[in-house]
Amino acid sequence: MSVIKVQGLSKNFGAIKAVDQLSFEVEAGQVYGFLGQNGSGKSTTIRMLLSLIHPSEGHIEIFGQSLTANRSAILEQVGAVIERPDLYPYLTAQEHLTLFAKLRKQKITAAKIEATLAQVGLLSRANDKVQTYSLGMKQRLGIGIALLHDPQLIILDEPTNGLDPQGIADIRQLIKSLSKDQGKTVLVSSHLLSEIEQIATHILIIHQGKKMAEGPTSSLLDPNKTIVQIKTLDEADAKQKLMASTYRSNLLERTEGLYLTIPKLEIPALNAFLVASHIDLVSLEAKNSLEDYFLQLTSTF
Amino acid sequence: MWPIIQIELFKIYKRPRTYIAFGAIAALILVIQMGLKIDGEAYAAFLMKDINDTLTVDGKVLNGYLICYILLQLLLVHVPLLVALIAADMLSGEANLGTLRLLFTTPYSRTQWVLAKFVAASFYTILLLIWLAFLALFLSMWIFGTDDLFLMKSNYVVLIQEQDVFWRYLGAFVFASFSLLTVAALGFLMSSLANNSIGPIVATISAIVFFTILSTLNIPLFNIVKPYLFTTHMNNWKEFFDIQVSDSNDAITGSILNVAKIKNSIIILAIHIALFVGASVWIMKKKDILS
Repeated sequence: MSVIKVQGLSKNFGAIKAVDQLSFEVEAGQVYGFLGQNGSGKSTTIRMLLSLIHPSEGHIEIFGQSLTANRSAILEQVGAVIERPDLYPYLTAQEHLTLFAKLRKQKITAAKIEATLAQVGLLSRANDKVQTYSLGMKQRLGIGIALLHDPQLIILDEPTNGLDPQGIADIRQLIKSLSKDQGKTVLVSSHLLSEIEQIATHILIIHQGKKMAEGPTSSLLDPNKTIVQIKTLDEADAKQKLMASTYRSNLLERTEGLYLTIPKLEIPALNAFLVASHIDLVSLEAKNSLEDYFLQLTSTF
Repeated sequence: MWPIIQIELFKIYKRPRTYIAFGAIAALILVIQMGLKIDGEAYAAFLMKDINDTLTVDGKVLNGYLICYILLQLLLVHVPLLVALIAADMLSGEANLGTLRLLFTTPYSRTQWVLAKFVAASFYTILLLIWLAFLALFLSMWIFGTDDLFLMKSNYVVLIQEQDVFWRYLGAFVFASFSLLTVAALGFLMSSLANNSIGPIVATISAIVFFTILSTLNIPLFNIVKPYLFTTHMNNWKEFFDIQVSDSNDAITGSILNVAKIKNSIIILAIHIALFVGASVWIMKKKDILS
Protein backbone atom coordinates (compact mmCIF):
# COMPACT_ATOMS: atom_id res chain seq x y z
CA MET A 1 0.00 0.00 0.00
CA SER A 2 1.24 3.47 -0.90
CA VAL A 3 1.55 5.72 2.11
CA ILE A 4 2.50 8.68 -0.09
CA LYS A 5 1.50 9.02 -3.72
CA VAL A 6 2.60 12.16 -5.53
CA GLN A 7 1.60 12.82 -9.13
CA GLY A 8 2.80 15.64 -11.38
CA LEU A 9 3.68 17.91 -8.47
CA SER A 10 4.98 21.35 -9.44
CA LYS A 11 5.62 24.58 -7.59
CA ASN A 12 6.47 27.89 -9.19
CA PHE A 13 7.76 30.89 -7.30
CA GLY A 14 7.28 33.56 -9.95
CA ALA A 15 9.45 32.54 -12.86
CA ILE A 16 11.38 30.01 -10.79
CA LYS A 17 10.24 26.41 -11.06
CA ALA A 18 11.20 24.98 -7.66
CA VAL A 19 9.55 21.60 -8.28
CA ASP A 20 8.83 20.36 -11.77
CA GLN A 21 6.33 17.55 -12.48
CA LEU A 22 7.53 15.36 -9.63
CA SER A 23 5.91 11.95 -9.18
CA PHE A 24 6.80 9.23 -6.69
CA GLU A 25 5.31 6.70 -4.32
CA VAL A 26 6.38 5.68 -0.83
CA GLU A 27 5.26 2.28 0.37
CA ALA A 28 4.42 1.38 3.97
CA GLY A 29 7.44 0.53 6.11
CA GLN A 30 9.99 2.05 3.76
CA VAL A 31 12.71 4.46 4.77
CA TYR A 32 12.52 6.69 1.74
CA GLY A 33 15.56 8.84 1.18
CA PHE A 34 14.97 12.14 -0.52
CA LEU A 35 18.25 13.27 -1.93
CA GLY A 36 19.30 16.48 -3.58
CA GLN A 37 21.66 19.39 -3.40
CA ASN A 38 20.70 22.57 -1.57
CA GLY A 39 18.01 24.34 -3.59
CA SER A 40 17.07 21.22 -5.52
CA GLY A 41 13.43 21.32 -4.37
CA LYS A 42 13.52 18.81 -1.49
CA SER A 43 12.23 21.13 1.20
CA THR A 44 9.62 22.66 -1.10
CA THR A 45 8.31 19.17 -1.87
CA ILE A 46 8.26 18.24 1.81
CA ARG A 47 6.44 21.45 2.68
CA MET A 48 3.86 20.63 0.02
CA LEU A 49 3.44 17.15 1.56
CA LEU A 50 2.71 18.88 4.87
CA SER A 51 0.38 21.49 3.34
CA LEU A 52 2.69 24.36 4.25
CA ILE A 53 3.11 25.31 0.61
CA HIS A 54 0.30 25.24 -1.93
CA PRO A 55 1.28 23.29 -5.09
CA SER A 56 0.98 25.07 -8.43
CA GLU A 57 0.05 21.77 -10.05
CA GLY A 58 -0.29 18.12 -9.17
CA HIS A 59 -1.92 15.86 -6.66
CA ILE A 60 -0.83 14.47 -3.29
CA GLU A 61 -2.37 11.42 -1.65
CA ILE A 62 -1.33 10.29 1.82
CA PHE A 63 -2.76 7.08 3.33
CA GLY A 64 -4.87 6.80 0.15
CA GLN A 65 -6.63 10.13 0.81
CA SER A 66 -6.32 13.43 -0.98
CA LEU A 67 -4.27 15.84 1.14
CA THR A 68 -6.40 18.79 0.04
CA ALA A 69 -9.68 17.15 1.05
CA ASN A 70 -8.52 15.32 4.19
CA ARG A 71 -5.71 17.46 5.54
CA SER A 72 -6.73 17.27 9.18
CA ALA A 73 -7.22 13.48 9.30
CA ILE A 74 -3.95 12.90 7.44
CA LEU A 75 -1.86 15.20 9.63
CA GLU A 76 -3.20 13.41 12.72
CA GLN A 77 -1.05 10.46 11.56
CA VAL A 78 2.02 12.41 10.49
CA GLY A 79 4.98 13.63 12.51
CA ALA A 80 7.49 16.01 10.98
CA VAL A 81 10.70 17.89 11.55
CA ILE A 82 11.30 20.52 8.91
CA GLU A 83 14.83 21.82 8.46
CA ARG A 84 15.99 23.75 11.51
CA PRO A 85 14.69 22.76 14.94
CA ASP A 86 12.86 26.01 15.61
CA LEU A 87 11.15 25.97 18.98
CA TYR A 88 9.97 28.40 21.65
CA PRO A 89 13.10 29.58 23.51
CA TYR A 90 11.12 30.56 26.61
CA LEU A 91 9.55 27.11 27.07
CA THR A 92 11.11 23.93 28.44
CA ALA A 93 11.22 20.57 26.65
CA GLN A 94 8.55 19.26 29.02
CA GLU A 95 6.31 22.25 28.23
CA HIS A 96 6.82 21.79 24.49
CA LEU A 97 5.76 18.17 24.61
CA THR A 98 2.83 18.91 26.93
CA LEU A 99 1.57 21.63 24.57
CA PHE A 100 1.89 19.52 21.45
CA ALA A 101 0.26 16.56 23.20
CA LYS A 102 -2.87 18.69 23.58
CA LEU A 103 -3.12 19.04 19.81
CA ARG A 104 -3.79 15.37 19.21
CA LYS A 105 -7.10 13.56 19.38
CA GLN A 106 -5.64 10.63 21.28
CA LYS A 107 -4.83 11.15 24.94
CA ILE A 108 -1.10 11.43 25.47
CA THR A 109 -0.23 10.63 29.06
CA ALA A 110 2.50 12.16 31.23
CA ALA A 111 4.23 8.75 31.12
CA LYS A 112 4.30 8.88 27.31
CA ILE A 113 5.79 12.40 27.44
CA GLU A 114 8.46 11.16 29.83
CA ALA A 115 9.15 8.14 27.62
CA THR A 116 9.52 10.42 24.59
CA LEU A 117 11.94 12.66 26.50
CA ALA A 118 13.94 9.56 27.39
CA GLN A 119 13.81 8.30 23.79
CA VAL A 120 15.41 11.49 22.50
CA GLY A 121 17.82 11.73 25.43
CA LEU A 122 16.44 14.87 27.04
CA LEU A 123 14.99 13.54 30.27
CA SER A 124 17.67 15.10 32.44
CA ARG A 125 17.18 18.52 30.77
CA ALA A 126 13.37 18.33 30.53
CA ASN A 127 12.78 21.34 32.76
CA ASP A 128 15.42 23.60 31.24
CA LYS A 129 14.38 26.33 28.84
CA VAL A 130 15.09 25.61 25.19
CA GLN A 131 17.17 28.79 24.93
CA THR A 132 19.84 26.97 26.94
CA TYR A 133 19.92 23.98 24.54
CA SER A 134 22.54 23.19 21.94
CA LEU A 135 21.48 22.80 18.31
CA GLY A 136 21.65 19.03 18.63
CA MET A 137 19.39 19.05 21.69
CA LYS A 138 16.88 21.24 19.87
CA GLN A 139 16.95 18.86 16.93
CA ARG A 140 16.28 15.94 19.25
CA LEU A 141 13.41 17.78 20.89
CA GLY A 142 11.97 18.51 17.43
CA ILE A 143 12.11 14.78 16.70
CA GLY A 144 10.49 14.11 20.08
CA ILE A 145 7.57 16.39 19.15
CA ALA A 146 7.26 14.58 15.81
CA LEU A 147 7.17 11.13 17.47
CA LEU A 148 5.04 12.03 20.48
CA HIS A 149 1.69 11.02 19.00
CA ASP A 150 3.02 7.76 17.56
CA PRO A 151 2.46 8.73 13.89
CA GLN A 152 2.39 6.20 11.06
CA LEU A 153 4.35 8.48 8.74
CA ILE A 154 7.39 10.42 9.87
CA ILE A 155 8.83 13.14 7.64
CA LEU A 156 12.30 14.36 8.53
CA ASP A 157 13.80 17.19 6.51
CA GLU A 158 17.55 17.34 7.04
CA PRO A 159 17.30 15.80 10.54
CA THR A 160 21.06 15.61 11.07
CA ASN A 161 21.74 19.28 10.34
CA GLY A 162 24.04 20.74 12.92
CA LEU A 163 24.52 17.52 14.85
CA ASP A 164 27.86 16.19 16.04
CA PRO A 165 28.98 12.70 14.89
CA GLN A 166 27.41 11.02 17.93
CA GLY A 167 24.16 12.92 17.36
CA ILE A 168 24.14 11.86 13.71
CA ALA A 169 24.72 8.23 14.70
CA ASP A 170 21.88 8.44 17.25
CA ILE A 171 19.42 9.84 14.69
CA ARG A 172 20.49 7.20 12.18
CA GLN A 173 19.85 4.49 14.75
CA LEU A 174 16.50 6.01 15.69
CA ILE A 175 15.31 6.11 12.07
CA LYS A 176 16.35 2.51 11.51
CA SER A 177 14.57 1.46 14.67
CA LEU A 178 11.39 3.35 13.77
CA SER A 179 11.18 1.46 10.51
CA LYS A 180 12.47 -1.94 11.56
CA ASP A 181 11.05 -2.30 15.07
CA GLN A 182 7.91 -0.19 14.86
CA GLY A 183 6.99 -0.56 11.19
CA LYS A 184 6.81 3.20 10.62
CA THR A 185 7.16 4.75 7.21
CA VAL A 186 9.91 7.36 7.19
CA LEU A 187 10.62 9.95 4.52
CA VAL A 188 13.97 11.52 5.20
CA SER A 189 15.67 14.20 3.15
CA SER A 190 19.28 15.14 3.27
CA HIS A 191 22.16 16.48 1.28
CA LEU A 192 24.45 14.27 3.38
CA LEU A 193 24.47 11.45 0.88
CA SER A 194 26.43 9.08 3.06
CA GLU A 195 23.69 9.32 5.68
CA ILE A 196 20.90 8.48 3.26
CA GLU A 197 22.96 5.64 1.87
CA GLN A 198 23.15 4.04 5.32
CA ILE A 199 19.51 4.27 6.31
CA ALA A 200 17.28 4.42 3.23
CA THR A 201 15.65 1.36 1.70
CA HIS A 202 14.55 3.45 -1.29
CA ILE A 203 15.97 6.63 -2.73
CA LEU A 204 14.73 9.46 -4.89
CA ILE A 205 17.28 11.84 -6.35
CA ILE A 206 15.97 15.29 -7.18
CA HIS A 207 17.84 17.98 -9.07
CA GLN A 208 16.55 21.40 -10.10
CA GLY A 209 13.07 20.30 -9.08
CA LYS A 210 13.06 17.24 -11.32
CA LYS A 211 13.29 13.57 -10.47
CA MET A 212 16.62 12.20 -11.63
CA ALA A 213 16.42 8.65 -10.33
CA GLU A 214 14.30 6.55 -8.02
CA GLY A 215 14.48 3.00 -6.77
CA PRO A 216 15.71 0.64 -4.07
CA THR A 217 19.07 1.71 -2.64
CA SER A 218 20.56 -1.65 -3.60
CA SER A 219 19.72 -1.14 -7.29
CA LEU A 220 21.19 2.36 -7.28
CA LEU A 221 24.38 0.92 -5.82
CA ASP A 222 24.90 -1.65 -8.60
CA PRO A 223 28.15 -3.61 -7.89
CA ASN A 224 28.61 -4.04 -11.64
CA LYS A 225 29.11 -0.30 -11.92
CA THR A 226 31.62 0.23 -9.16
CA ILE A 227 33.50 3.48 -9.52
CA VAL A 228 37.21 3.15 -8.82
CA GLN A 229 39.51 6.06 -8.16
CA ILE A 230 43.16 5.57 -9.02
CA LYS A 231 45.79 7.76 -7.39
CA THR A 232 49.30 7.60 -8.82
CA LEU A 233 52.49 9.61 -8.71
CA ASP A 234 52.18 10.36 -12.45
CA GLU A 235 48.53 10.62 -13.43
CA ALA A 236 49.19 11.53 -17.08
CA ASP A 237 51.35 8.45 -17.61
CA ALA A 238 48.76 6.22 -15.93
CA LYS A 239 45.97 7.65 -18.05
CA GLN A 240 48.00 7.09 -21.24
CA LYS A 241 48.63 3.45 -20.34
CA LEU A 242 44.97 2.87 -19.45
CA MET A 243 43.83 4.48 -22.73
CA ALA A 244 46.03 2.03 -24.59
CA SER A 245 44.58 -0.96 -22.70
CA THR A 246 41.25 -2.77 -22.59
CA TYR A 247 40.26 -0.41 -19.77
CA ARG A 248 39.88 2.48 -22.25
CA SER A 249 36.10 2.09 -22.38
CA ASN A 250 35.92 2.00 -18.55
CA LEU A 251 37.52 5.39 -18.05
CA LEU A 252 35.27 8.16 -16.80
CA GLU A 253 35.48 11.71 -18.09
CA ARG A 254 36.30 13.85 -15.07
CA THR A 255 38.11 17.14 -14.93
CA GLU A 256 40.05 16.04 -11.85
CA GLY A 257 41.31 12.59 -10.83
CA LEU A 258 41.39 9.27 -12.61
CA TYR A 259 38.21 7.21 -12.42
CA LEU A 260 36.99 3.97 -13.97
CA THR A 261 33.72 2.08 -13.86
CA ILE A 262 34.20 -1.66 -13.58
CA PRO A 263 32.46 -4.62 -11.92
CA LYS A 264 33.53 -4.92 -8.31
CA LEU A 265 34.98 -8.42 -8.88
CA GLU A 266 37.40 -7.11 -11.52
CA ILE A 267 39.16 -4.69 -9.18
CA PRO A 268 41.98 -7.19 -8.31
CA ALA A 269 42.64 -7.69 -12.03
CA LEU A 270 42.85 -3.91 -12.49
CA ASN A 271 45.30 -3.73 -9.62
CA ALA A 272 47.45 -6.44 -11.25
CA PHE A 273 47.36 -4.55 -14.56
CA LEU A 274 48.51 -1.31 -12.92
CA VAL A 275 51.39 -3.05 -11.18
CA ALA A 276 52.38 -4.91 -14.34
CA SER A 277 52.31 -1.62 -16.28
CA HIS A 278 54.81 -0.10 -13.81
CA ILE A 279 52.38 2.59 -12.76
CA ASP A 280 53.47 4.11 -9.42
CA LEU A 281 50.25 3.40 -7.57
CA VAL A 282 49.45 5.37 -4.44
CA SER A 283 45.93 4.08 -3.86
CA LEU A 284 43.07 2.26 -5.50
CA GLU A 285 39.71 3.09 -3.99
CA ALA A 286 36.31 1.61 -4.78
CA LYS A 287 33.89 4.52 -4.60
CA ASN A 288 30.66 2.84 -5.44
CA SER A 289 28.71 5.13 -3.16
CA LEU A 290 25.58 7.01 -3.65
CA GLU A 291 27.62 10.17 -3.67
CA ASP A 292 29.34 9.13 -6.89
CA TYR A 293 26.08 8.06 -8.42
CA PHE A 294 24.48 11.27 -7.33
CA LEU A 295 27.33 13.39 -8.68
CA GLN A 296 27.23 11.46 -11.94
CA LEU A 297 23.53 12.24 -12.33
CA THR A 298 23.63 15.86 -11.32
CA SER A 299 26.85 16.79 -13.11
CA THR A 300 25.17 16.21 -16.47
CA PHE A 301 23.16 19.37 -15.89
CA MET B 1 -10.57 24.95 19.13
CA TRP B 2 -10.23 25.34 22.91
CA PRO B 3 -6.93 23.39 23.12
CA ILE B 4 -5.18 25.73 20.70
CA ILE B 5 -6.58 28.81 22.46
CA GLN B 6 -5.16 27.38 25.71
CA ILE B 7 -1.80 26.87 24.02
CA GLU B 8 -1.73 30.42 22.71
CA LEU B 9 -2.64 31.81 26.13
CA PHE B 10 0.05 29.70 27.75
CA LYS B 11 2.65 31.02 25.31
CA ILE B 12 1.61 34.63 26.00
CA TYR B 13 1.82 33.91 29.75
CA LYS B 14 5.34 32.48 29.39
CA ARG B 15 6.75 35.21 27.12
CA PRO B 16 8.79 37.80 29.00
CA ARG B 17 7.65 40.53 26.56
CA THR B 18 4.07 40.14 27.82
CA TYR B 19 4.91 41.81 31.10
CA ILE B 20 6.50 44.94 29.63
CA ALA B 21 3.09 46.52 29.03
CA PHE B 22 1.82 45.66 32.53
CA GLY B 23 4.98 47.12 34.05
CA ALA B 24 4.86 50.26 31.89
CA ILE B 25 1.22 50.97 32.78
CA ALA B 26 1.86 50.40 36.49
CA ALA B 27 4.92 52.66 36.46
CA LEU B 28 3.13 55.50 34.64
CA ILE B 29 0.04 55.39 36.82
CA LEU B 30 1.92 55.13 40.09
CA VAL B 31 4.19 58.05 39.17
CA ILE B 32 1.21 60.27 38.26
CA GLN B 33 -0.71 59.22 41.39
CA MET B 34 2.31 59.94 43.54
CA GLY B 35 2.75 63.36 41.93
CA LEU B 36 -0.89 64.27 42.43
CA LYS B 37 -0.88 62.97 46.00
CA ILE B 38 2.07 65.18 46.88
CA ASP B 39 1.23 68.24 44.82
CA GLY B 40 -2.42 67.69 43.93
CA GLU B 41 -3.83 70.81 45.58
CA ALA B 42 -1.72 73.08 43.36
CA TYR B 43 -2.83 71.11 40.33
CA ALA B 44 -6.51 71.44 41.33
CA ALA B 45 -6.06 75.19 41.87
CA PHE B 46 -4.55 75.46 38.40
CA LEU B 47 -7.53 73.59 36.92
CA MET B 48 -10.03 75.83 38.66
CA LYS B 49 -8.29 79.19 38.20
CA ASP B 50 -10.49 80.34 35.29
CA ILE B 51 -13.80 79.59 36.96
CA ASN B 52 -13.10 80.36 40.59
CA ASP B 53 -14.66 83.81 40.19
CA THR B 54 -17.94 82.54 38.76
CA LEU B 55 -18.37 79.16 40.43
CA THR B 56 -17.95 77.75 43.89
CA VAL B 57 -17.28 74.05 44.08
CA ASP B 58 -17.80 72.25 47.38
CA GLY B 59 -16.08 69.00 48.26
CA LYS B 60 -12.94 67.39 46.91
CA VAL B 61 -12.33 68.28 43.26
CA LEU B 62 -9.21 66.15 43.14
CA ASN B 63 -10.79 62.81 44.01
CA GLY B 64 -10.27 59.26 42.69
CA TYR B 65 -12.79 59.72 39.89
CA LEU B 66 -11.08 62.82 38.48
CA ILE B 67 -7.65 61.20 38.80
CA CYS B 68 -8.94 58.22 36.82
CA TYR B 69 -10.29 60.52 34.10
CA ILE B 70 -6.95 62.33 33.86
CA LEU B 71 -5.11 59.00 33.71
CA LEU B 72 -7.37 57.61 31.00
CA GLN B 73 -6.96 60.74 28.89
CA LEU B 74 -3.21 60.31 29.12
CA LEU B 75 -2.97 56.54 28.83
CA LEU B 76 -5.64 55.49 26.37
CA VAL B 77 -3.51 57.18 23.71
CA HIS B 78 -0.46 55.11 24.66
CA VAL B 79 -1.94 51.76 25.60
CA PRO B 80 -2.60 50.93 21.91
CA LEU B 81 1.15 51.03 21.38
CA LEU B 82 1.57 48.46 24.14
CA VAL B 83 -1.19 46.29 22.65
CA ALA B 84 0.60 46.44 19.29
CA LEU B 85 3.74 45.00 20.93
CA ILE B 86 1.97 41.69 21.43
CA ALA B 87 -0.78 41.59 18.80
CA ALA B 88 1.48 42.60 15.90
CA ASP B 89 3.87 39.82 16.85
CA MET B 90 1.36 36.98 17.10
CA LEU B 91 1.81 35.61 13.56
CA SER B 92 4.98 37.25 12.30
CA GLY B 93 6.81 36.44 15.54
CA GLU B 94 6.08 32.75 14.99
CA ALA B 95 7.15 33.06 11.35
CA ASN B 96 10.36 34.75 12.45
CA LEU B 97 10.98 32.08 15.07
CA GLY B 98 10.19 29.32 12.54
CA THR B 99 7.52 27.82 14.77
CA LEU B 100 4.64 28.64 12.44
CA ARG B 101 5.43 25.48 10.49
CA LEU B 102 5.21 23.45 13.70
CA LEU B 103 1.70 24.79 14.30
CA PHE B 104 0.49 24.54 10.72
CA THR B 105 1.47 20.87 10.42
CA THR B 106 -0.89 19.92 13.24
CA PRO B 107 -4.43 18.67 12.46
CA TYR B 108 -5.90 22.12 13.14
CA SER B 109 -6.63 24.35 10.15
CA ARG B 110 -4.93 27.66 9.53
CA THR B 111 -8.25 29.45 10.09
CA GLN B 112 -8.51 27.83 13.52
CA TRP B 113 -4.95 28.83 14.40
CA VAL B 114 -5.40 32.42 13.27
CA LEU B 115 -8.68 32.79 15.16
CA ALA B 116 -7.20 31.13 18.26
CA LYS B 117 -4.30 33.55 18.14
CA PHE B 118 -6.66 36.50 17.83
CA VAL B 119 -8.73 35.25 20.76
CA ALA B 120 -5.52 34.97 22.81
CA ALA B 121 -4.40 38.47 21.75
CA SER B 122 -7.86 39.78 22.69
CA PHE B 123 -7.64 38.09 26.08
CA TYR B 124 -4.29 39.77 26.65
CA THR B 125 -5.73 43.13 25.58
CA ILE B 126 -8.69 42.80 27.95
CA LEU B 127 -6.37 41.79 30.79
CA LEU B 128 -4.27 44.87 30.11
CA LEU B 129 -7.40 47.00 30.27
CA ILE B 130 -8.50 45.37 33.53
CA TRP B 131 -5.05 46.09 34.94
CA LEU B 132 -5.40 49.69 33.78
CA ALA B 133 -8.86 49.91 35.36
CA PHE B 134 -7.61 48.42 38.61
CA LEU B 135 -4.77 50.90 38.92
CA ALA B 136 -6.38 53.99 37.42
CA LEU B 137 -9.84 53.63 38.95
CA PHE B 138 -9.80 51.40 42.02
CA LEU B 139 -6.37 52.38 43.30
CA SER B 140 -7.15 56.07 42.73
CA MET B 141 -10.48 55.68 44.56
CA TRP B 142 -8.60 54.07 47.45
CA ILE B 143 -5.81 56.67 47.58
CA PHE B 144 -7.82 59.84 46.87
CA GLY B 145 -11.33 58.87 47.94
CA THR B 146 -14.49 59.60 45.93
CA ASP B 147 -16.69 62.63 45.40
CA ASP B 148 -18.62 64.30 42.58
CA LEU B 149 -16.78 64.32 39.26
CA PHE B 150 -16.06 67.81 38.05
CA LEU B 151 -14.84 67.97 34.45
CA MET B 152 -13.79 70.98 32.50
CA LYS B 153 -14.48 70.60 28.80
CA SER B 154 -13.38 73.10 26.16
CA ASN B 155 -16.31 75.48 26.58
CA TYR B 156 -18.41 74.05 29.38
CA VAL B 157 -18.14 72.21 32.65
CA VAL B 158 -19.73 68.93 33.64
CA LEU B 159 -20.61 68.00 37.18
CA ILE B 160 -21.60 64.39 37.74
CA GLN B 161 -22.83 63.32 41.14
CA GLU B 162 -20.70 60.80 42.98
CA GLN B 163 -23.27 58.00 42.83
CA ASP B 164 -23.65 58.55 39.07
CA VAL B 165 -19.97 58.15 38.15
CA PHE B 166 -18.89 54.55 38.70
CA TRP B 167 -21.12 52.93 36.07
CA ARG B 168 -19.87 55.48 33.53
CA TYR B 169 -16.34 54.22 34.08
CA LEU B 170 -17.50 50.67 33.57
CA GLY B 171 -19.11 51.77 30.27
CA ALA B 172 -15.96 53.68 29.31
CA PHE B 173 -13.79 50.61 29.93
CA VAL B 174 -16.10 48.38 27.89
CA PHE B 175 -15.95 50.95 25.08
CA ALA B 176 -12.15 51.14 25.41
CA SER B 177 -12.00 47.38 24.99
CA PHE B 178 -13.49 47.82 21.49
CA SER B 179 -10.91 50.51 20.71
CA LEU B 180 -8.02 48.37 21.88
CA LEU B 181 -9.35 45.25 20.16
CA THR B 182 -9.41 47.25 16.93
CA VAL B 183 -5.73 48.04 17.47
CA ALA B 184 -5.07 44.37 18.23
CA ALA B 185 -6.87 43.35 15.03
CA LEU B 186 -4.90 45.90 12.99
CA GLY B 187 -1.66 44.62 14.52
CA PHE B 188 -2.79 41.12 13.70
CA LEU B 189 -3.40 42.03 10.06
CA MET B 190 0.05 43.61 9.81
CA SER B 191 1.46 40.51 11.43
CA SER B 192 -0.04 38.27 8.76
CA LEU B 193 1.78 40.23 6.07
CA ALA B 194 5.31 39.86 7.44
CA ASN B 195 7.82 37.27 8.58
CA ASN B 196 9.62 39.39 11.16
CA SER B 197 8.64 40.81 14.52
CA ILE B 198 9.62 44.45 14.30
CA GLY B 199 8.06 45.41 10.95
CA PRO B 200 4.41 44.76 11.89
CA ILE B 201 4.80 46.48 15.28
CA VAL B 202 6.23 49.60 13.63
CA ALA B 203 3.64 49.42 10.83
CA THR B 204 0.76 49.18 13.33
CA ILE B 205 2.00 52.12 15.37
CA SER B 206 2.60 54.13 12.17
CA ALA B 207 -0.92 53.35 10.92
CA ILE B 208 -2.43 54.50 14.23
CA VAL B 209 -0.41 57.72 14.14
CA PHE B 210 -1.26 58.31 10.46
CA PHE B 211 -5.01 57.79 10.86
CA THR B 212 -5.09 59.74 14.13
CA ILE B 213 -3.61 62.73 12.31
CA LEU B 214 -6.19 62.33 9.52
CA SER B 215 -8.96 62.12 12.14
CA THR B 216 -7.74 65.26 13.86
CA LEU B 217 -7.11 67.45 10.80
CA ASN B 218 -9.99 69.66 9.87
CA ILE B 219 -9.51 69.62 6.11
CA PRO B 220 -12.68 69.19 3.97
CA LEU B 221 -11.10 66.48 1.81
CA PHE B 222 -10.51 64.27 4.83
CA ASN B 223 -13.86 65.08 6.43
CA ILE B 224 -15.51 62.65 3.98
CA VAL B 225 -13.53 59.66 5.27
CA LYS B 226 -13.20 60.69 8.89
CA PRO B 227 -16.49 59.13 10.07
CA TYR B 228 -15.26 55.74 8.80
CA LEU B 229 -11.76 55.82 10.32
CA PHE B 230 -11.36 53.76 13.47
CA THR B 231 -9.14 56.44 14.98
CA THR B 232 -12.04 58.91 14.85
CA HIS B 233 -14.00 56.68 17.21
CA MET B 234 -11.34 55.30 19.52
CA ASN B 235 -11.56 58.16 22.04
CA ASN B 236 -15.34 58.27 22.23
CA TRP B 237 -15.28 56.63 25.67
CA LYS B 238 -15.42 60.27 26.83
CA GLU B 239 -19.05 60.41 25.66
CA PHE B 240 -19.96 58.47 28.82
CA PHE B 241 -19.05 61.60 30.76
CA ASP B 242 -21.29 64.03 28.88
CA ILE B 243 -24.60 64.22 30.65
CA GLN B 244 -28.05 65.41 29.56
CA VAL B 245 -29.57 68.45 31.25
CA SER B 246 -33.23 69.17 31.91
CA ASP B 247 -35.08 72.28 30.73
CA SER B 248 -34.20 73.85 34.04
CA ASN B 249 -30.52 73.16 33.30
CA ASP B 250 -30.22 70.43 35.94
CA ALA B 251 -28.10 67.37 35.21
CA ILE B 252 -30.21 64.28 34.58
CA THR B 253 -28.76 61.47 36.69
CA GLY B 254 -28.04 58.27 34.78
CA SER B 255 -28.22 59.95 31.36
CA ILE B 256 -25.73 60.16 28.52
CA LEU B 257 -25.86 63.12 26.17
CA ASN B 258 -25.21 61.24 22.93
CA VAL B 259 -25.92 57.52 23.19
CA ALA B 260 -26.24 57.23 19.41
CA LYS B 261 -22.67 58.43 18.98
CA ILE B 262 -21.40 55.70 21.30
CA LYS B 263 -23.44 53.03 19.50
CA ASN B 264 -22.23 54.25 16.11
CA SER B 265 -18.61 54.20 17.26
CA ILE B 266 -18.93 50.67 18.63
CA ILE B 267 -20.44 49.49 15.34
CA ILE B 268 -17.67 51.14 13.29
CA LEU B 269 -14.97 49.65 15.56
CA ALA B 270 -16.60 46.19 15.46
CA ILE B 271 -16.70 46.33 11.64
CA HIS B 272 -13.00 47.22 11.61
CA ILE B 273 -12.22 44.29 13.94
CA ALA B 274 -14.16 41.88 11.70
CA LEU B 275 -12.50 43.22 8.53
CA PHE B 276 -8.97 43.13 9.93
CA VAL B 277 -9.34 39.62 11.36
CA GLY B 278 -11.14 38.35 8.24
CA ALA B 279 -8.35 39.72 6.05
CA SER B 280 -5.73 38.09 8.32
CA VAL B 281 -7.44 34.70 7.97
CA TRP B 282 -7.65 35.07 4.19
CA ILE B 283 -3.99 36.08 3.88
CA MET B 284 -2.75 33.27 6.12
CA LYS B 285 -4.83 30.68 4.25
CA LYS B 286 -3.27 31.74 0.96
CA LYS B 287 0.26 32.13 2.29
CA ASP B 288 3.06 29.68 1.54
CA ILE B 289 4.95 29.02 4.75
CA LEU B 290 8.56 29.43 3.69
CA SER B 291 10.03 30.56 7.01
